Amino acid sequence: MADLTSNFVGIKSPNPFWLASAPPTDKAYNVVRAFKAGWGGVVWKTLGEEGPPVVNVNGPRYGAIWGADRRLLGMNNIELITDRPLEVNLREIKQVKRDWPDRAVVVSIMVPCEEAAWKAILPLVEETGADGIELNFGCPHGMSERGMGSAVGQVPEYVEMVARWCKQYSRMPVIVKLTPNITDVRHSARAAVKGGADAVSLINTINSITSVDLDTMSPEPSIDGKGSHGGYCGPAVKPIALHMVADIARDEECKGIPISGIGGITTWRDAAEFLVLGAGNLQVCTAAMTYGFKVVEEMKSGLSQWMDEKGYTSVDQVSRRAVPNITDWRFLNLNYVAKAKIDQDLCIKCGRCYAACEDTSHQAIAMNPGRVFEVIDAECVACNLCVNVCPVENCITLEPMAPGTTDPRTGLVVEPGYANWTTHPNNPSAVAAE
Amino acid sequence: MADTQMTPGVIAGRLPPDAYAENFADLHPPLDRHEAAVAADRCYFCHDAPCITACPTDIDIPLFIRQISTGTPESAAMTIFDMNILGGMCARVCPTETLCEEACVREAAEGKPVEIGRLQRYATDTLMDRPHPYTRAKPTGRTVAVIGAGPAGLACAHRLAMLGHGVTVFEARPKSGGLNEYGIASYKTPDGFAQKEVEWLLSISGITIRHNKQVGRDISLATLRKDHDAVFIGIGLGATNALDIEGSDLPGVEDAVDFIARLRQSDDPATLPIGRDVVVIGGGMTAVDAAVQSRLLGAQTVTMVYRREAERMNASLFERELAQTNGVRIITGAVPVRVTGQNRVEAVEFAYAVQDGGALRPGPDRFTLPADQVLRAIGQSMVPITNDPADAIEQDGASLHTGPGGRTTPHGYVFAGGDCTATGENLTVTAVAQGRDAAMEIHATLMGDG
Repeated sequence: MADLTSNFVGIKSPNPFWLASAPPTDKAYNVVRAFKAGWGGVVWKTLGEEGPPVVNVNGPRYGAIWGADRRLLGMNNIELITDRPLEVNLREIKQVKRDWPDRAVVVSIMVPCEEAAWKAILPLVEETGADGIELNFGCPHGMSERGMGSAVGQVPEYVEMVARWCKQYSRMPVIVKLTPNITDVRHSARAAVKGGADAVSLINTINSITSVDLDTMSPEPSIDGKGSHGGYCGPAVKPIALHMVADIARDEECKGIPISGIGGITTWRDAAEFLVLGAGNLQVCTAAMTYGFKVVEEMKSGLSQWMDEKGYTSVDQVSRRAVPNITDWRFLNLNYVAKAKIDQDLCIKCGRCYAACEDTSHQAIAMNPGRVFEVIDAECVACNLCVNVCPVENCITLEPMAPGTTDPRTGLVVEPGYANWTTHPNNPSAVAAE
Repeated sequence: MADTQMTPGVIAGRLPPDAYAENFADLHPPLDRHEAAVAADRCYFCHDAPCITACPTDIDIPLFIRQISTGTPESAAMTIFDMNILGGMCARVCPTETLCEEACVREAAEGKPVEIGRLQRYATDTLMDRPHPYTRAKPTGRTVAVIGAGPAGLACAHRLAMLGHGVTVFEARPKSGGLNEYGIASYKTPDGFAQKEVEWLLSISGITIRHNKQVGRDISLATLRKDHDAVFIGIGLGATNALDIEGSDLPGVEDAVDFIARLRQSDDPATLPIGRDVVVIGGGMTAVDAAVQSRLLGAQTVTMVYRREAERMNASLFERELAQTNGVRIITGAVPVRVTGQNRVEAVEFAYAVQDGGALRPGPDRFTLPADQVLRAIGQSMVPITNDPADAIEQDGASLHTGPGGRTTPHGYVFAGGDCTATGENLTVTAVAQGRDAAMEIHATLMGDG
């Protein structure tokens, strides 16, 4: 069995799966259930400053989109930070950490962007014995209208400033949670690095309207006929999150800052993808909210099985393993030529590849008598659309052409070796090949 | 003591009173909204979909399923009715396992096709609860006589009415619907659906039905041709093939179609007499419908005997399994040689068939099945409505001969479709397609395009 124990910026947990700061971690009852179910740690739902707690809407907080068979693909929410009194949360955090010393308990915090506010809350949190803090610079709804959450995360200078305060007034590891609602996440991440943060976590939720009720004309979730944007999460956001994690992982100015990967992690495979693209551990919310805490069992067994199969013995060996393969488009090998290939034994003759290619791509699939679909190599640009629309996994594959063979589409011999756009003759800015 | 399944003879009420309602309930209960959504999700929206090709009425199945999955079953129903106005009945009685669902790519992928038939029913049921969706075009002033109010005639009449023609339907029986009303097992179309569907179809207006009017007996084809601009013949198959063996005239031997019709016209199956030991001769849908319903009425043993091997039965595998699940024993490769009994049938003697050149003949191995009721289901044929050479209808002993669009040759204004024609597979859905196509051909002819 692969060793799944995790040490993320000095915070130890028996596995790399933490529950993200969200409704599932709002109180001891849920967190204890999560630990019993096997979660490695939690980020306690965001605490606000002392005083009257925030007030939530009294109608629906979540909207959703669904795929086939009503599988939940994406969800958004308009819930605010914890609406329980600060002292209740602090008391419960302290108790839970005492009862579950081997689990990671990190506390999410969001107070006004003033030094005094941060200075006031940090000792209270530290006193609980929590393992670290996560700065909520990401929530895109409600709190952001009051100058907190993503309103901070969208200004790199604020990110740096608050991170610095937290390092100054606390001995705890500081994780800065980033918002995806920006043009380039690297700027926020670099600011966190400059402020001395120990790690970043991302992504927080994405500004979204999930749907509109076409009878009432109200966006969902609808509060008395009106809706505001919410934060989008779940499987649908995973590709966006992966890109942002990878962007930070390969950014030199981010100096390899540890990343807690968040965004639609639903299976062990999602988790492994986050790890290899740069994450050091993982945070999960929507999968637990959809299926219950038990899902962590599959995530752990799957990750462990895959690591065993590949010979990886620790999470650290897996982390960042694909980072060297993330590159810019201009560095992609233009000598790599592939062709789609249809496995006739697996083909169920639905013709979706044909419709997609004929209507919207390169007319590179022939529909022969008997509904036999075959790739026309002389037209195929290997775009992968047929692969993507085929309902049968591995029925259509892209097969690379061997160097020295002739591509019937271009009439050119497939060159060995590597050549990219920077040296391509069609590139007006091409530089001479070295 | 009350009668039971064991009681000898042909008697009613073999089962406890409450058993009948359960036995004759819907074979395929309707999908609810959630079930329909789940079933619809499985459709791949194939290109040039094989299911459409397999449908005799060319319904755009992937489109209507997508319309269901996006919450517009009413639009889905219009996709169906545009091609097949009896889409409600076809959803219930089509042997989908040998048509659309056999062709479904998920049958190839997983051995489990998309439930096209039940989805079609979901869509059509939704819309048939509403007012009739079609309106008539401006009247053309042309009139068409339709002979037979079965699936072919009704489909033809509806399309003609929609196109603005005046239609009079001549139906020999007291009710419309043809085999939908008289010839299909009760559990496939319960709750009076056949009549409801006819009423719904006729509410387009412009169609008059004259019941108990048998062309050839009560009125001649020549008269109809004289009084109308065109005639459509959709008379089905009115005669059954005879069982030409010793003892076949004994009381207790009857046509399966009559048995099924009696059952369909009965308000209470508990009042219908059924034998303790029933023998059904034949291997088609009618044989299965008769055999299964015999069991459902309480027969102790029901045996279906077919002369060739199982694969050659006209009844599909699904139908054969339905029979077997209902306790019907199926014997293949045997032919009846003698019906025996004192005053009424008591047994049937069979011989295992042997090949003699191309023909089957009784071989030396024999067996006898006790029987107090024997149902013949060995094929049907057409009863000609005219033998007048002046009508110049091309026909043989079994069916009418037609050309494209149901045109009978050489007449320009007499058309035909459905089971009475030599084409097609004698299915409701085929009859609908032929009735519809003939209507289009009639329309083109009458309006000068043909």
